[in-house]
Amino acid sequence: MNIVIIKYNAGNIRSVNNALLRLGHSAEITADPEKITRADKVIFPGVGEASTTMKYLRETGLDNLIKELKQPVLGICLGMQLMCSHSEEGDATCLNIFDEQVRRFQLPQPNPGNLKVPQMGWNQIYDLKSDLFDASLEGQYVYFVHSYYVAMGHDTAATTDYVLPYSSALQKDNFFATQFHPEKSGKAGEKILSNFLNL
Amino acid sequence: MLAKRIIPCLDIKNGQTVKGVRFVEIKEVGDPVELGALYAQQGADELVFLDITASHEGRKTFVDLVKRIARNINIPFTVGGGISEVKDAEALLNAGADKISINSSAVKNPQLINDLAQNFGSQFVVVAIDAKHQQGDEWIVTVNGGRIPTDKRLFSWAKEAEERGAGEILFTSMDHDGVKQGFANEALAKLSESLSIPIIASGGAGAMEHFKDVFTIGKADAGLAASIFHFNEIPIPQLKQYLHQQGIPIRL
Repeated sequence: MNIVIIKYNAGNIRSVNNALLRLGHSAEITADPEKITRADKVIFPGVGEASTTMKYLRETGLDNLIKELKQPVLGICLGMQLMCSHSEEGDATCLNIFDEQVRRFQLPQPNPGNLKVPQMGWNQIYDLKSDLFDASLEGQYVYFVHSYYVAMGHDTAATTDYVLPYSSALQKDNFFATQFHPEKSGKAGEKILSNFLNL
Repeated sequence: MLAKRIIPCLDIKNGQTVKGVRFVEIKEVGDPVELGALYAQQGADELVFLDITASHEGRKTFVDLVKRIARNINIPFTVGGGISEVKDAEALLNAGADKISINSSAVKNPQLINDLAQNFGSQFVVVAIDAKHQQGDEWIVTVNGGRIPTDKRLFSWAKEAEERGAGEILFTSMDHDGVKQGFANEALAKLSESLSIPIIASGGAGAMEHFKDVFTIGKADAGLAASIFHFNEIPIPQLKQYLHQQGIPIRL
Protein backbone atom coordinates (compact mmCIF):
# COMPACT_ATOMS: atom_id res chain seq x y z
CA MET A 1 0.00 0.00 0.00
CA ASN A 2 1.21 3.45 -0.92
CA ILE A 3 0.70 5.83 2.03
CA VAL A 4 1.60 9.50 1.90
CA ILE A 5 1.90 11.93 4.78
CA ILE A 6 1.54 15.47 3.51
CA LYS A 7 4.64 17.48 4.36
CA TYR A 8 4.03 21.07 5.30
CA ASN A 9 5.16 23.60 7.91
CA ALA A 10 3.75 21.74 10.91
CA GLY A 11 5.08 19.50 13.64
CA ASN A 12 3.99 15.99 14.54
CA ILE A 13 4.69 14.47 11.14
CA ARG A 14 7.37 12.07 12.36
CA SER A 15 5.10 10.76 15.14
CA VAL A 16 2.53 9.65 12.60
CA ASN A 17 5.18 7.86 10.58
CA ASN A 18 6.52 6.14 13.71
CA ALA A 19 3.01 4.88 14.48
CA LEU A 20 2.65 3.52 10.93
CA LEU A 21 6.02 1.79 11.26
CA ARG A 22 4.80 0.10 14.47
CA LEU A 23 1.83 -1.20 12.44
CA GLY A 24 4.18 -2.64 9.85
CA HIS A 25 3.63 0.07 7.23
CA SER A 26 5.74 2.92 6.05
CA ALA A 27 4.72 6.20 4.56
CA GLU A 28 6.39 8.70 2.33
CA ILE A 29 6.47 12.21 3.78
CA THR A 30 6.14 14.50 0.78
CA ALA A 31 4.67 17.70 -0.65
CA ASP A 32 4.93 16.43 -4.25
CA PRO A 33 1.44 16.91 -5.80
CA GLU A 34 1.83 13.94 -8.11
CA LYS A 35 2.82 11.55 -5.32
CA ILE A 36 -0.01 12.79 -3.11
CA THR A 37 -2.58 12.39 -5.87
CA ARG A 38 -1.42 8.87 -6.73
CA ALA A 39 -1.27 7.56 -3.11
CA ASP A 40 -3.72 4.92 -1.85
CA LYS A 41 -4.06 6.70 1.49
CA VAL A 42 -3.27 10.27 2.44
CA ILE A 43 -2.64 11.51 5.99
CA PHE A 44 -2.84 15.23 6.73
CA PRO A 45 -1.38 15.66 10.24
CA GLY A 46 -0.67 18.84 12.08
CA VAL A 47 0.34 20.73 15.14
CA GLY A 48 0.54 24.46 14.66
CA GLU A 49 -1.40 27.66 14.16
CA ALA A 50 -4.35 27.75 11.74
CA SER A 51 -3.91 31.04 9.84
CA THR A 52 -0.16 30.71 9.18
CA THR A 53 -0.61 27.09 8.13
CA MET A 54 -3.48 27.98 5.74
CA LYS A 55 -1.34 30.75 4.24
CA TYR A 56 1.39 28.18 3.59
CA LEU A 57 -1.08 25.69 2.07
CA ARG A 58 -2.43 28.38 -0.29
CA GLU A 59 1.04 29.54 -1.34
CA THR A 60 2.05 25.99 -2.21
CA GLY A 61 -1.23 25.08 -3.90
CA LEU A 62 -1.72 22.22 -1.45
CA ASP A 63 -5.11 23.72 -0.47
CA ASN A 64 -6.84 22.88 -3.76
CA LEU A 65 -4.96 19.63 -4.12
CA ILE A 66 -6.20 18.30 -0.75
CA LYS A 67 -9.82 19.29 -1.47
CA GLU A 68 -9.83 17.38 -4.71
CA LEU A 69 -8.36 14.11 -3.45
CA LYS A 70 -10.49 11.05 -4.16
CA GLN A 71 -8.76 8.39 -2.03
CA PRO A 72 -9.29 8.07 1.76
CA VAL A 73 -7.78 11.11 3.51
CA LEU A 74 -7.22 11.31 7.27
CA GLY A 75 -6.80 14.74 8.88
CA ILE A 76 -5.38 14.78 12.41
CA CYS A 77 -5.74 17.55 15.03
CA LEU A 78 -4.94 20.84 13.24
CA GLY A 79 -5.37 18.86 10.01
CA MET A 80 -9.02 18.24 10.95
CA GLN A 81 -9.58 21.89 11.86
CA LEU A 82 -8.07 23.05 8.55
CA MET A 83 -10.52 20.78 6.70
CA CYS A 84 -13.41 22.87 8.14
CA SER A 85 -14.69 26.11 6.62
CA HIS A 86 -13.29 28.65 9.06
CA SER A 87 -11.21 28.80 12.25
CA GLU A 88 -11.31 31.48 14.94
CA GLU A 89 -7.57 30.90 15.37
CA GLY A 90 -6.08 33.82 13.45
CA ASP A 91 -9.49 34.29 11.70
CA ALA A 92 -8.49 31.72 9.09
CA THR A 93 -10.51 30.76 6.02
CA CYS A 94 -9.93 27.03 5.74
CA LEU A 95 -10.43 24.25 3.18
CA ASN A 96 -14.23 23.94 3.55
CA ILE A 97 -14.33 20.16 3.10
CA PHE A 98 -16.53 20.05 6.20
CA ASP A 99 -19.04 22.88 6.48
CA GLU A 100 -18.13 23.60 10.11
CA GLN A 101 -16.69 26.45 12.17
CA VAL A 102 -13.70 25.96 14.50
CA ARG A 103 -14.08 27.85 17.78
CA ARG A 104 -12.01 28.36 20.90
CA PHE A 105 -13.13 26.61 24.11
CA GLN A 106 -14.77 29.13 26.45
CA LEU A 107 -14.30 28.07 30.06
CA PRO A 108 -17.45 28.11 32.21
CA GLN A 109 -17.68 30.90 34.83
CA PRO A 110 -17.51 29.80 37.59
CA ASN A 111 -15.31 26.80 36.75
CA PRO A 112 -15.89 24.26 39.54
CA GLY A 113 -14.27 21.40 37.61
CA ASN A 114 -11.07 23.45 37.16
CA LEU A 115 -11.18 22.88 33.40
CA LYS A 116 -8.15 24.13 31.51
CA VAL A 117 -7.47 25.33 27.97
CA PRO A 118 -5.89 23.58 26.11
CA GLN A 119 -7.62 20.33 26.82
CA MET A 120 -4.59 18.11 27.33
CA GLY A 121 -4.81 14.41 28.00
CA TRP A 122 -7.02 11.38 27.52
CA ASN A 123 -10.76 11.67 26.96
CA GLN A 124 -13.49 9.34 25.70
CA ILE A 125 -14.99 9.07 22.23
CA TYR A 126 -18.61 7.94 21.88
CA ASP A 127 -21.57 7.78 19.45
CA LEU A 128 -19.14 6.50 16.83
CA LYS A 129 -20.44 6.66 13.25
CA SER A 130 -17.71 5.93 10.76
CA ASP A 131 -15.71 3.06 9.26
CA LEU A 132 -12.77 4.59 11.09
CA PHE A 133 -14.24 3.06 14.23
CA ASP A 134 -15.66 -0.26 15.31
CA ALA A 135 -17.77 -1.32 18.27
CA SER A 136 -14.70 -2.04 20.43
CA LEU A 137 -13.76 1.64 20.33
CA GLU A 138 -17.02 3.01 21.78
CA GLY A 139 -16.18 4.85 25.01
CA GLN A 140 -12.41 4.34 24.64
CA TYR A 141 -9.91 6.97 25.76
CA VAL A 142 -7.74 8.72 23.18
CA TYR A 143 -5.16 11.51 23.50
CA PHE A 144 -6.07 15.16 22.87
CA VAL A 145 -4.15 18.44 22.88
CA HIS A 146 -6.22 21.36 21.61
CA SER A 147 -7.66 24.77 22.45
CA TYR A 148 -10.09 24.97 19.50
CA TYR A 149 -12.95 22.60 18.73
CA VAL A 150 -15.55 21.74 16.08
CA ALA A 151 -19.19 21.83 17.26
CA MET A 152 -21.61 18.93 16.75
CA GLY A 153 -22.84 18.86 13.15
CA HIS A 154 -23.94 16.90 10.13
CA ASP A 155 -20.55 15.21 9.63
CA THR A 156 -19.85 14.36 13.28
CA ALA A 157 -18.39 10.83 13.42
CA ALA A 158 -17.41 10.78 17.13
CA THR A 159 -18.41 12.87 20.13
CA THR A 160 -16.33 13.90 23.16
CA ASP A 161 -17.30 15.98 26.21
CA TYR A 162 -15.07 18.84 27.28
CA VAL A 163 -16.77 22.09 28.36
CA LEU A 164 -19.51 20.86 25.98
CA PRO A 165 -20.16 17.86 23.70
CA TYR A 166 -18.22 18.47 20.47
CA SER A 167 -17.05 16.64 17.33
CA SER A 168 -13.92 14.63 18.09
CA ALA A 169 -14.07 13.06 14.62
CA LEU A 170 -15.68 13.99 11.30
CA GLN A 171 -16.38 12.10 8.12
CA LYS A 172 -17.76 13.06 4.74
CA ASP A 173 -17.31 10.83 1.69
CA ASN A 174 -13.59 9.96 1.46
CA PHE A 175 -12.56 12.55 4.04
CA PHE A 176 -11.94 11.37 7.63
CA ALA A 177 -10.65 13.49 10.48
CA THR A 178 -9.86 13.16 14.17
CA GLN A 179 -9.32 15.94 16.70
CA PHE A 180 -7.31 13.53 18.85
CA HIS A 181 -3.93 12.01 18.01
CA PRO A 182 -4.39 8.34 17.08
CA GLU A 183 -0.61 8.07 16.71
CA LYS A 184 -0.25 8.82 20.44
CA SER A 185 -3.36 7.01 21.70
CA GLY A 186 -1.98 3.63 22.66
CA LYS A 187 -3.82 0.52 21.50
CA ALA A 188 -7.07 2.40 20.72
CA GLY A 189 -5.20 4.77 18.43
CA GLU A 190 -3.45 1.89 16.66
CA LYS A 191 -6.86 0.30 16.00
CA ILE A 192 -8.14 3.53 14.47
CA LEU A 193 -5.08 3.94 12.25
CA SER A 194 -5.29 0.36 11.12
CA ASN A 195 -9.03 0.75 10.38
CA PHE A 196 -8.12 3.72 8.19
CA LEU A 197 -5.43 1.75 6.39
CA ASN A 198 -7.92 -1.07 5.80
CA LEU A 199 -10.56 1.17 4.18
CA MET B 1 -14.71 13.25 30.76
CA LEU B 2 -11.03 14.21 30.64
CA ALA B 3 -9.07 11.63 32.66
CA LYS B 4 -6.53 12.45 35.34
CA ARG B 5 -3.10 11.37 34.14
CA ILE B 6 -0.60 9.03 35.79
CA ILE B 7 2.95 9.78 34.68
CA PRO B 8 6.01 7.69 35.55
CA CYS B 9 9.19 9.74 35.44
CA LEU B 10 12.43 8.13 34.32
CA ASP B 11 15.69 9.85 35.22
CA ILE B 12 18.34 9.03 32.66
CA LYS B 13 22.06 8.96 33.20
CA ASN B 14 24.35 7.71 30.42
CA GLY B 15 21.38 6.11 28.67
CA GLN B 16 20.17 4.23 31.76
CA THR B 17 17.26 4.86 34.13
CA VAL B 18 18.09 6.05 37.62
CA LYS B 19 16.17 7.49 40.51
CA GLY B 20 17.70 9.78 43.06
CA VAL B 21 16.17 9.63 46.49
CA ARG B 22 16.06 13.30 47.46
CA PHE B 23 18.39 13.76 44.49
CA VAL B 24 21.29 11.83 46.04
CA GLU B 25 22.04 8.08 46.32
CA ILE B 26 21.66 7.07 42.69
CA LYS B 27 20.61 3.53 41.84
CA GLU B 28 20.12 1.99 38.40
CA VAL B 29 16.73 0.52 37.47
CA GLY B 30 16.77 -0.43 33.80
CA ASP B 31 16.73 0.32 30.08
CA PRO B 32 14.59 3.43 29.45
CA VAL B 33 12.93 2.21 26.27
CA GLU B 34 12.09 -1.18 27.73
CA LEU B 35 10.83 0.35 30.97
CA GLY B 36 8.85 3.04 29.10
CA ALA B 37 7.18 0.46 26.85
CA LEU B 38 6.30 -1.62 29.89
CA TYR B 39 4.72 1.41 31.59
CA ALA B 40 2.77 2.26 28.44
CA GLN B 41 1.47 -1.29 28.29
CA GLN B 42 0.51 -1.15 31.98
CA GLY B 43 -1.58 1.97 31.39
CA ALA B 44 0.72 4.93 32.02
CA ASP B 45 -0.88 7.98 30.39
CA GLU B 46 2.37 9.76 29.54
CA LEU B 47 6.06 9.37 30.27
CA VAL B 48 8.70 11.86 31.32
CA PHE B 49 12.38 11.24 30.59
CA LEU B 50 14.81 13.56 32.37
CA ASP B 51 18.43 13.55 31.28
CA ILE B 52 20.21 14.28 34.54
CA THR B 53 23.64 14.22 32.91
CA ALA B 54 22.62 16.58 30.12
CA SER B 55 24.38 19.70 31.32
CA HIS B 56 27.70 17.89 31.46
CA GLU B 57 27.95 15.09 28.90
CA GLY B 58 26.14 12.56 26.77
CA ARG B 59 23.89 15.02 24.91
CA LYS B 60 23.99 13.05 21.69
CA THR B 61 23.37 9.76 23.49
CA PHE B 62 20.17 11.26 24.87
CA VAL B 63 18.95 12.50 21.47
CA ASP B 64 19.53 9.00 20.08
CA LEU B 65 17.62 7.57 23.02
CA VAL B 66 14.72 9.95 22.31
CA LYS B 67 14.61 8.65 18.72
CA ARG B 68 14.36 5.08 20.01
CA ILE B 69 11.65 6.04 22.48
CA ALA B 70 9.61 7.77 19.73
CA ARG B 71 9.81 4.74 17.48
CA ASN B 72 8.81 2.26 20.17
CA ILE B 73 6.29 3.94 22.45
CA ASN B 74 2.67 4.69 21.52
CA ILE B 75 1.82 7.28 24.17
CA PRO B 76 3.00 10.90 24.55
CA PHE B 77 6.29 11.64 26.25
CA THR B 78 8.13 14.66 27.59
CA VAL B 79 11.89 15.02 27.70
CA GLY B 80 13.92 17.36 29.83
CA GLY B 81 17.38 18.16 31.08
CA GLY B 82 20.00 20.43 29.60
CA ILE B 83 17.72 22.42 27.29
CA SER B 84 19.05 25.96 27.37
CA GLU B 85 18.49 27.14 23.81
CA VAL B 86 15.84 26.84 21.10
CA LYS B 87 18.17 24.60 19.06
CA ASP B 88 18.41 22.07 21.94
CA ALA B 89 14.62 21.80 21.97
CA GLU B 90 14.48 21.58 18.19
CA ALA B 91 16.86 18.59 18.19
CA LEU B 92 14.56 16.81 20.65
CA LEU B 93 11.42 17.74 18.65
CA ASN B 94 13.04 16.36 15.52
CA ALA B 95 13.99 13.21 17.42
CA GLY B 96 10.26 12.73 18.14
CA ALA B 97 9.63 14.25 21.60
CA ASP B 98 6.04 15.42 22.12
CA LYS B 99 6.98 17.98 24.77
CA ILE B 100 10.10 19.34 26.38
CA SER B 101 10.52 20.37 29.98
CA ILE B 102 12.71 23.27 31.05
CA ASN B 103 13.64 24.17 34.59
CA SER B 104 16.85 26.01 35.58
CA SER B 105 17.32 27.42 32.09
CA ALA B 106 13.88 29.09 32.25
CA VAL B 107 14.73 30.65 35.62
CA LYS B 108 18.02 31.98 34.24
CA ASN B 109 16.47 33.11 30.95
CA PRO B 110 12.66 33.45 31.15
CA GLN B 111 12.55 34.66 27.52
CA LEU B 112 13.38 31.04 26.54
CA ILE B 113 9.75 30.14 27.39
CA ASN B 114 8.46 32.75 24.92
CA ASP B 115 10.92 31.66 22.25
CA LEU B 116 10.03 27.97 22.58
CA ALA B 117 6.29 28.65 22.61
CA GLN B 118 6.52 30.87 19.53
CA ASN B 119 8.64 28.38 17.62
CA PHE B 120 6.92 25.14 18.53
CA GLY B 121 3.63 26.03 20.25
CA SER B 122 2.69 26.11 23.93
CA GLN B 123 1.63 22.46 23.88
CA PHE B 124 5.33 21.60 23.47
CA VAL B 125 6.58 23.57 26.49
CA VAL B 126 6.43 22.26 30.05
CA VAL B 127 7.95 24.52 32.68
CA ALA B 128 9.21 22.47 35.63
CA ILE B 129 9.49 24.26 38.96
CA ASP B 130 11.30 22.84 42.00
CA ALA B 131 10.39 24.77 45.12
CA LYS B 132 11.02 24.67 48.87
CA HIS B 133 8.40 25.71 51.38
CA GLN B 134 9.18 28.63 53.67
CA GLN B 135 6.30 30.00 55.72
CA GLY B 136 2.61 30.30 54.90
CA ASP B 137 2.26 30.83 51.16
CA GLU B 138 5.93 31.39 50.49
CA TRP B 139 7.74 28.83 48.37
CA ILE B 140 11.26 29.57 47.12
CA VAL B 141 12.05 28.37 43.61
CA THR B 142 15.29 26.38 43.53
CA VAL B 143 17.55 25.25 40.67
CA ASN B 144 20.20 22.57 40.07
CA GLY B 145 18.20 19.77 41.65
CA GLY B 146 17.12 21.81 44.65
CA ARG B 147 20.62 22.87 45.63
CA ILE B 148 20.47 26.55 44.75
CA PRO B 149 17.71 28.91 45.98
CA THR B 150 16.69 31.73 43.61
CA ASP B 151 14.90 35.03 44.09
CA LYS B 152 11.77 33.65 42.41
CA ARG B 153 8.66 32.53 44.29
CA LEU B 154 6.47 29.62 43.23
CA PHE B 155 3.11 31.28 42.53
CA SER B 156 4.40 34.41 40.80
CA TRP B 157 6.93 32.43 38.75
CA ALA B 158 4.29 29.87 37.66
CA LYS B 159 1.98 32.73 36.60
CA GLU B 160 4.79 34.39 34.68
CA ALA B 161 5.62 31.09 32.96
CA GLU B 162 1.99 30.74 31.89
CA GLU B 163 1.91 34.30 30.54
CA ARG B 164 5.13 33.69 28.62
CA GLY B 165 3.58 30.68 26.89
CA ALA B 166 4.12 27.57 29.01
CA GLY B 167 1.63 24.82 28.16
CA GLU B 168 1.89 23.00 31.48
CA ILE B 169 3.52 23.44 34.88
CA LEU B 170 5.33 20.51 36.49
CA PHE B 171 5.66 21.41 40.18
CA THR B 172 7.97 19.41 42.47
CA SER B 173 7.92 20.14 46.17
CA MET B 174 11.48 19.64 47.41
CA ASP B 175 10.06 19.16 50.90
CA HIS B 176 7.88 16.25 49.80
CA ASP B 177 10.10 14.64 47.16
CA GLY B 178 11.42 11.24 48.24
CA VAL B 179 9.62 11.34 51.58
CA LYS B 180 6.59 9.32 50.37
CA GLN B 181 4.13 11.07 52.68
CA GLY B 182 1.89 12.57 49.99
CA PHE B 183 2.01 15.52 47.58
CA ALA B 184 2.05 19.25 48.48
CA ASN B 185 -1.71 19.45 48.04
CA GLU B 186 -2.34 22.89 49.45
CA ALA B 187 0.16 24.59 47.16
CA LEU B 188 -0.99 22.46 44.21
CA ALA B 189 -4.63 23.48 44.69
CA LYS B 190 -3.63 27.12 44.81
CA LEU B 191 -1.60 26.72 41.61
CA SER B 192 -4.41 24.89 39.86
CA GLU B 193 -6.95 27.55 40.79
CA SER B 194 -4.77 30.50 39.86
CA LEU B 195 -3.57 29.21 36.46
CA SER B 196 -5.53 28.12 33.42
CA ILE B 197 -2.98 25.58 32.16
CA PRO B 198 -2.67 21.99 33.44
CA ILE B 199 -0.64 21.27 36.58
CA ILE B 200 1.46 18.10 36.95
CA ALA B 201 2.10 17.26 40.60
CA SER B 202 5.44 15.73 41.55
CA GLY B 203 7.12 14.76 44.79
CA GLY B 204 5.73 12.74 47.67
CA ALA B 205 3.85 9.77 46.21
CA GLY B 206 4.16 6.80 48.54
CA ALA B 207 0.68 5.25 48.60
CA MET B 208 -2.34 5.00 46.31
CA GLU B 209 -4.30 7.37 48.59
CA HIS B 210 -1.75 10.08 47.83
CA PHE B 211 -2.85 10.08 44.18
CA LYS B 212 -6.51 10.28 45.17
CA ASP B 213 -5.67 13.24 47.41
CA VAL B 214 -3.59 15.03 44.78
CA PHE B 215 -6.49 14.87 42.30
CA THR B 216 -9.24 15.81 44.80
CA ILE B 217 -7.58 18.07 47.40
CA GLY B 218 -4.61 19.13 45.26
CA LYS B 219 -6.79 19.60 42.11
CA ALA B 220 -3.88 18.48 39.95
CA ASP B 221 -4.40 17.38 36.35
CA ALA B 222 -1.68 14.75 36.47
CA GLY B 223 0.37 12.95 39.11
CA LEU B 224 4.02 12.10 38.49
CA ALA B 225 6.18 9.64 40.39
CA ALA B 226 9.30 7.55 39.89
CA SER B 227 10.58 5.11 42.49
CA ILE B 228 7.19 3.71 43.54
CA PHE B 229 6.72 2.62 39.91
CA HIS B 230 10.30 1.56 39.22
CA PHE B 231 10.41 -0.67 42.28
CA ASN B 232 6.86 -1.85 41.64
CA GLU B 233 5.73 -0.67 45.08
CA ILE B 234 2.52 0.54 43.44
CA PRO B 235 1.76 -1.24 40.15
CA ILE B 236 0.10 1.16 37.68
CA PRO B 237 -2.88 -1.13 36.84
CA GLN B 238 -3.69 -1.48 40.55
CA LEU B 239 -3.35 2.27 41.12
CA LYS B 240 -5.67 3.11 38.21
CA GLN B 241 -8.23 0.54 39.32
CA TYR B 242 -8.16 2.03 42.82
CA LEU B 243 -8.62 5.60 41.54
CA HIS B 244 -11.47 4.50 39.29
CA GLN B 245 -13.20 2.91 42.30
CA GLN B 246 -12.70 6.16 44.20
CA GLY B 247 -14.67 7.99 41.50
CA ILE B 248 -11.68 9.75 39.88
CA PRO B 249 -11.93 9.94 36.08
CA ILE B 250 -9.18 7.64 34.87
CA ARG B 251 -8.32 5.77 31.67
CA LEU B 252 -8.47 2.04 32.33
